Amino acid sequence: MEKARPLWANPLQFVFACISYSVGLGNVWRFPYLCQMYGGGSFLVPYVIMLIVEGMPLLYLELAVGQRMRQGSIGAWRTISPYLGGVGLASVVVSFFLSMYYNIINAWAFWYLFHSFQDPLPWSVCPLNGNRTGYDEECEKASSTQYFWYRKTLNIAPAIQDGGGVQWGQALCLVLAWLVVYLCTLRGTESTGKVVYFTALLPYCVLIIYLVRGLTLHGATNGLAYMFTPKLDQLANPKAWINAATQIFFSLGLGFGSLIAFASYNQPSTNCQKHAIIVSLINSATSIFASVVTFSIYGFKATFNYESCLNKVILLLTNSFDLEDGFLTASNLEQVKGYLASAFPGKYSEVLPQMKNCSLESELATAVQGTGLSFIVYTEAIKNMAASQLWSVLYFFMLLMLGIGSMLGNTAAILTPLTDSKVISSHLPKEAISGEEGTWFPNQPSLCFTPPPMCSILFESDLKAMTGRTLNWYWKVMWAGVSPLLIISLFVFYLSDYILTGTLQYQAWDASQLLFPIFNRYTTKLSDC
Amino acid sequence: MLCLLFFLVTAIHAELCHPDAENAFKVRLSIRSALGDKAYAWDTNEEYLFKAMVAFSMRKVPNRETTEISHVLVCNVTQRVSFWFVVTDPSKNHTLPAVEVQSAIRMSRNRINSAFFLNDQTLEFLKIPSTLAPPTDPSVPIWIIIFGVIFCIVIVAVMLLILSGIRQRRRMSKGPTEVDDTEEKCENTITIENGIPCDPLDTKGGRINDAFLTEDERLTPL
Repeated sequence: MEKARPLWANPLQFVFACISYSVGLGNVWRFPYLCQMYGGGSFLVPYVIMLIVEGMPLLYLELAVGQRMRQGSIGAWRTISPYLGGVGLASVVVSFFLSMYYNIINAWAFWYLFHSFQDPLPWSVCPLNGNRTGYDEECEKASSTQYFWYRKTLNIAPAIQDGGGVQWGQALCLVLAWLVVYLCTLRGTESTGKVVYFTALLPYCVLIIYLVRGLTLHGATNGLAYMFTPKLDQLANPKAWINAATQIFFSLGLGFGSLIAFASYNQPSTNCQKHAIIVSLINSATSIFASVVTFSIYGFKATFNYESCLNKVILLLTNSFDLEDGFLTASNLEQVKGYLASAFPGKYSEVLPQMKNCSLESELATAVQGTGLSFIVYTEAIKNMAASQLWSVLYFFMLLMLGIGSMLGNTAAILTPLTDSKVISSHLPKEAISGEEGTWFPNQPSLCFTPPPMCSILFESDLKAMTGRTLNWYWKVMWAGVSPLLIISLFVFYLSDYILTGTLQYQAWDASQLLFPIFNRYTTKLSDC
Repeated sequence: MLCLLFFLVTAIHAELCHPDAENAFKVRLSIRSALGDKAYAWDTNEEYLFKAMVAFSMRKVPNRETTEISHVLVCNVTQRVSFWFVVTDPSKNHTLPAVEVQSAIRMSRNRINSAFFLNDQTLEFLKIPSTLAPPTDPSVPIWIIIFGVIFCIVIVAVMLLILSGIRQRRRMSKGPTEVDDTEEKCENTITIENGIPCDPLDTKGGRINDAFLTEDERLTPL
């Protein structure tokens, strides 16, 4: 007797699975960065346009393909056309690579989560130097959060040729991360279907809590104002449009085979058009919501640093000129500086080189994305909040939920085609332990691009049979013309950019040098998916 | 005569205690930054307390148990609040070596700070570095404990799921043969209720209820 294909217990599980896959780390740490870089509020214009033109049609297509073919990506593509089987295979390989490095981020989230149960937080203070009269040198030059990330967590080597030893703490966390993923996918849709309730909903709970906390922080409005003031000139910048398209593509996780895998476990009569629209709208709304939270935290951190800088200047002047304690404040600083410069020019010129120029704008302008945002900037903001352990635990737990949700999709993309082809039984332990701590991630846009099928005409009758309704003209136009054109042009752009760049570069952290050197920059696109 | 003595004393005082004097230390207080509204004013009484605290610290040093408050000289008090101080020996002619004073202050630093409700940053002794508190290092790092707990929970959950899956599959493979046996048993037993045997339903056959279906009238005529 042929085993019936496992199904989602109800359509809600499917929607939650798609949401927890799409809503991942990219929404939290890439979108706010893009928003800041490409004109704040005005970035929403290309973003929404790309969502309508590229995101929704392609998402609907993938879900429909999976639901109709009722197989993983390899089988589905082969059914459409025997020549397109390679596309399915490519998406499995890409998902495999993606899973390998994506789970390391979960390992980092675990590491930080476990370290959040200490008072004080380990990244809030620098360790002392040998004779206990000062702080560790590397930590002094950088900051305690950067030191904890680069030294204590990664123990980063100064160059790509130097392989460090195995970082046992990280290795253990990675093992745990893989075990958790295994636990969630062990029983297929039965276990995954229940897990996605948590991985889809819990991040929103944490984001709402953070929103309330973030908006009540001192200086949050500075960050929000900075982010949302539209800089309309950026609309003319082609990079803004390209990045919007790329972000939509990666954020929804199109072309990796995960959505096909999820949809293949659907009842054939499920209304995937409605689901596609819901998932894409929720994904984009979450990005915007997360950036509101991120920017209120940014604003708080920038204001805090600005005020610390001002206080340092005030202390310096008070001590040098023996002024009354409390006389100098932020409001009269400029006046008094002018007076001192004229009254004691000699002494003032001595003190001048030590005085830093404090600027709120420059603090806000330090735009960061990726691991830098989560593990350095956010931790810096959290350490200055009251009850910082609680906020830290909440934040890294949320990162973990987002990461595991996306990992479920990645592993489903690999496992579904393999189980369909009866190559392995569904109970295969997937412990992939990485030995060396590698933070060098390849630039992957070319790998992730799988061209969408242009056989939408053939597909239309199948869809009609499946869902019982005719295809809206809008989808037909998108599938036949606009979306493929967009994808191809993006592909061409990235390929040419890759070729024209010449020598590849990467960023490195060298403790022996005084500054964080930027020799050979190699941009990482690790978790836009 | 008295006036002369008075001038002599102040002259010696000025000689021994002045900014950058030998064995003199500068002290800086930031009372308003530390205490805000509860800040007290720095007056001669507070100075007296300070001298007393320094004398107290010196008395803890062996060979200096006879240090009196009058041996501590304070000068050049500014609005900041900052001033210089020296500690003289009983003869009041020389100042005690800086090293001694430094080690004495370092040992009693906490007591001096708490007397003024200040800390190492707000009551600064320039040129006397404070020992930084070492970070608390528990014997077992806390993160390992939590990691261990979560790890064990996950392993247990995985084992449970795998075992229950194996058990389910074993039950399924035994299942079809078991179901046949029970069917036969049902037929043979006669249910008895209140001593009266009930007619067992003829499960094998099934009866045709003529009220519902007649071959001719399956299709309703137009």
